[in-house]
Amino acid sequence: MHSAHLRRVLLLGAGLLVLGAALLLFGLGIGSTGFQSLLSARHDPVALQIVWDIRLPRTLGAWLAGALLGLAGAVAQGLFRNPLADPYLLGSASGASLAVALALMLFGGSVTSTQWVMRLGLTGAAFVGAVAAVLLTLTLARGVQQTLRLLLAGVIVGVVLGAAKDLITIASADILQALQGFVLGSTGLVGWAACAVMAAVGAVCLLLAWALAPVLDGLALGEATARSLGLPLGGMRAALVAVLALATGAAVAQTGLIAFVGLAAPHLVRSVVKTTHARLIVLSALMGGLLLMAADLLARWLIAPQELPVGVLTAVLGGSYLLWLMHRRGAKGGGL
Amino acid sequence: MSRTPSAALEAHGLSATLGSVEVLHGIDLALAAGRWTSIVGPNGAGKSTLLKALAGLLAHRGEVRLFGEAQAAVSARVRARRLSWLGQSGTGEGSADDLMVYDVAMLGRLPHQRWLAAPSGADRDAVERALRSTQAWDWRDRPLGQLSGGERQRVLLARALAVEAELLLMDEPLANLDPPHQADWMQTARALVAQGRTVVSVLHELPMALAADELVVMNRGRVVHHGACADPATHAALEQVFDHRIRVHRVADQWIALPL
Repeated sequence: MHSAHLRRVLLLGAGLLVLGAALLLFGLGIGSTGFQSLLSARHDPVALQIVWDIRLPRTLGAWLAGALLGLAGAVAQGLFRNPLADPYLLGSASGASLAVALALMLFGGSVTSTQWVMRLGLTGAAFVGAVAAVLLTLTLARGVQQTLRLLLAGVIVGVVLGAAKDLITIASADILQALQGFVLGSTGLVGWAACAVMAAVGAVCLLLAWALAPVLDGLALGEATARSLGLPLGGMRAALVAVLALATGAAVAQTGLIAFVGLAAPHLVRSVVKTTHARLIVLSALMGGLLLMAADLLARWLIAPQELPVGVLTAVLGGSYLLWLMHRRGAKGGGL
Repeated sequence: MSRTPSAALEAHGLSATLGSVEVLHGIDLALAAGRWTSIVGPNGAGKSTLLKALAGLLAHRGEVRLFGEAQAAVSARVRARRLSWLGQSGTGEGSADDLMVYDVAMLGRLPHQRWLAAPSGADRDAVERALRSTQAWDWRDRPLGQLSGGERQRVLLARALAVEAELLLMDEPLANLDPPHQADWMQTARALVAQGRTVVSVLHELPMALAADELVVMNRGRVVHHGACADPATHAALEQVFDHRIRVHRVADQWIALPL
């Protein structure tokens, strides 16, 4: 049977990859010097450097960060059995911004600083903050067994850490602008090293999430049914939370808080094809990558040679998408 | 296996609490292998809780034995192959709306599959048999969310059947089913018993419950009677537990319970 269905899944996957590759090529031509750099890259070393060291890693980085967020979103929605779940649900976003605020207050400097020590410090701080916040959430929820407790603990951690970050910004107002840059999210500073880190983390997370996906399918039928099927829920849930924290932490550390990609990517996939979580996770990663790369290109191109923070753009686009979704579901008479 | 154990499931001093309230009080019960047993009783009697505890899905005190073995000693995976459990509809499968009917039924094969292995021919055959037996095969390419309540129930039933376990525990399997499909379910239960399997069902439809081999009558967390469905003592216990608001009659070779 399933061949028509499988064809649909493969077609979507291939389509997302091809579109991604096309946008990647397109992205090489967008920047303050325009397509000219791409054309002259063959004989002009400066142009080559612009394309190879700035535009390519940045565009690729946007794809990788989006893929991490899309993957994390699909895992979060399956794990919490809620189509509105978001990768930042366990407090990782507020943990990362608190850590960045702390780092900025203690060491000064700015998010846009190109000094690699500074970059590394802030990236590391964001990652550590994101993962520590998730660990705090898990401690408060006393493990991963009760989904509702986990969600509530995530909300509490998010609010409290957010308040702590606000206190810090009030105490040292000079970091405000730098911190705002991080909170809005940007792909502007992604280099080859960041791409390598995200690709490595992404590969590990994708493999793990794919291997654990049958648990998410089982959980969709309810916790008791999943256990009646002999699934060892405890350990596998913990592993899925680890995937969620790692993927989100890696993306947030490199690109800041980018809104809605993690929420919208799995939704968009499901609106095209209904399938098992193993496929949904892979397709959501491809979709997330495409979304963020497209948003990044738009952010660079809309008011060129200036650029918009890509997080602002994803928030506006994602919000409109959710509004449309709500309208459509409302018209059909179903709930979200 | 040289000898067939007489009891598929046994409970000794089984107690369970939901929140801080004890809802099962020291139940002793032995459910015969190769028979169809129905569990009946008023709302809140503890029927679903008993079924969950028997299936090993609920923390409890006391002992449960599965085919003579202490259930705690049986690994979850082995248990999942020998015992299939179907929960009440509407309790938790809501997030499966985006799964295809075929994929939902295939979940019943998880206990038989190696992790991440593609479904084998045997898995596919079992899923097709199960979906056909509940007349859900035609919807195999539709998402669960697009089906009506009764259609969903038939898919979930097929999921439980696809396990092809020796022992099937079903909690209100007839919920939302129309009369022809209720009759189909009864034939399925009969056919399973004819193959030597054991069926345990919690039912509110008393005529269906009385079509089983044995009846367990529960009230307030205790088993008040356990006997053959044709036994007048069973009928008396049934009438008593429902405050004598029903009476069991013999009509057209079937037992039915009519309200008074």
